[in-house]
Amino acid sequence: MDILAKYDGLAERRDLMLEAGANPFGLRMEKVLSPTEALVNGRRTLLVGTNNYLGLTFDPHCIAAGVKALQEQGTGTTGSRIANGSYALHEALEEAIARFLKRKSAIVWPTGYQANLGMIAGLAGPGDTILLDADSHSSIYDGCRLSGATLVRFRHNDPADLDKRLARLRRQGAAENGALLVIVEGIYSMLGDIAPLPEFVEVKDRHGAFLLVDEAHSLGVMGVCGRGVAEAQGIEAGVDFLAGTFSKSLGAIGGFGVSDHPHFERLRYCSRPYMFTASASPASIATVIAAIERIEQEPGLIKQLWRNAEALHSGLAAEGFEIAAPVSPVVAVKLPDERLAVAFWNALLQAGIYVNLAVPPGTPNNSCLMRCSVSAAHTPEQIQGVVRTFVEVREALDASAPAS
Amino acid sequence: MSDTEQTVYDTVCELLQRYNREGRELRPETDLNAELNIDSVAAMDLIMEIEDKFDIDIPINLVGDLRTVKDLVATVRSQQEGA
Repeated sequence: MDILAKYDGLAERRDLMLEAGANPFGLRMEKVLSPTEALVNGRRTLLVGTNNYLGLTFDPHCIAAGVKALQEQGTGTTGSRIANGSYALHEALEEAIARFLKRKSAIVWPTGYQANLGMIAGLAGPGDTILLDADSHSSIYDGCRLSGATLVRFRHNDPADLDKRLARLRRQGAAENGALLVIVEGIYSMLGDIAPLPEFVEVKDRHGAFLLVDEAHSLGVMGVCGRGVAEAQGIEAGVDFLAGTFSKSLGAIGGFGVSDHPHFERLRYCSRPYMFTASASPASIATVIAAIERIEQEPGLIKQLWRNAEALHSGLAAEGFEIAAPVSPVVAVKLPDERLAVAFWNALLQAGIYVNLAVPPGTPNNSCLMRCSVSAAHTPEQIQGVVRTFVEVREALDASAPAS
Repeated sequence: MSDTEQTVYDTVCELLQRYNREGRELRPETDLNAELNIDSVAAMDLIMEIEDKFDIDIPINLVGDLRTVKDLVATVRSQQEGA
């Protein structure tokens, strides 16, 4: 039997999708022009699906820092931090993150995916029990599997369901021989809905569990200072561990974990995804440090992002589109089925607008979404243009649909 | 099958009906994936319904080994005993 035959079903579904137009999961940008525009198929295309929340990818201060590090310290580190040593820059970044998030310790990983793997598999192990939100990102599921802990899902954003399960697990003795770790996200990436952290903190405290919050989509986005949902909801002291990424609001690549736990630094020699990977390149690290400085110096960026999010959300809602969650920089428009979603996505791209097509199994509740992510760098005219184009595409597809 | 096992089996079959789109006759040996088309994502939803119904937790670690209706019933029983 062919080793890749197991993917035949998926491949058929993908081929069907390609018959409808461009490849939603393999878009090629010939040239990126700015945080909000790229050339796609030779056409100037507005980017509304890049998670570039603060538009920092072309920030002159960040670029200058990256260029300087590249010239002075070379292209790569060629090894892992435990085997080949850390650069002073790695430690400077960890200090910058700890300072920014007001935590005792920070550890960085080369990608956000690895940060979740490293945090989860570093914190939990066989004998421990992890309770994870059912709608968690794949990196959380993969980290959980790598940990070897017992894994129990609870209903999405449902502190009462978590409470019920923690009580049941404790009755069965789960807390006697191991630790209990609850994992949630700040903003959920597909729908843009936000976790009720104070309620989760109350529940986990009552049951003596630890809480890890993944702020991948909320760092630099939520809270007056950009420290995430925990800051916005005034509950930072109740969150034991935070994880996040540099590849969204900070416009670079990499991920981190922070904590005030006195033994948090043990992850440096106990977390396999930290130990057995090459460390991030000097240029990547330097741009992240510069991006954190930009957020610290310019809280106006976050305000601009929310003005744009509000404008896109209310503009689309006023035109009768169904949006999956209240206002956040992720604006996910619900469509009734996959066929229409693929046609809609292609029509938007042909009209010069790139959003994310999100379909099952990558979405909660089998939803089909035109997922938009808003940037502080979008202009009001660009946001209005997105709303106008959504309306035009809907009209064109309605006109071409067979009468029922 | 004991009475308890029969009750669990009947309840599991009831919960499976929503996934049984082709109206197949459910047997203990019915294969969840091959015969009922329950993929890994649908399996997660099904497990949550079963957990709520029986007031138990079924760790994800066990889900990969659940192939048939009989496996589901056995897992519910063993988790009930552990509770």
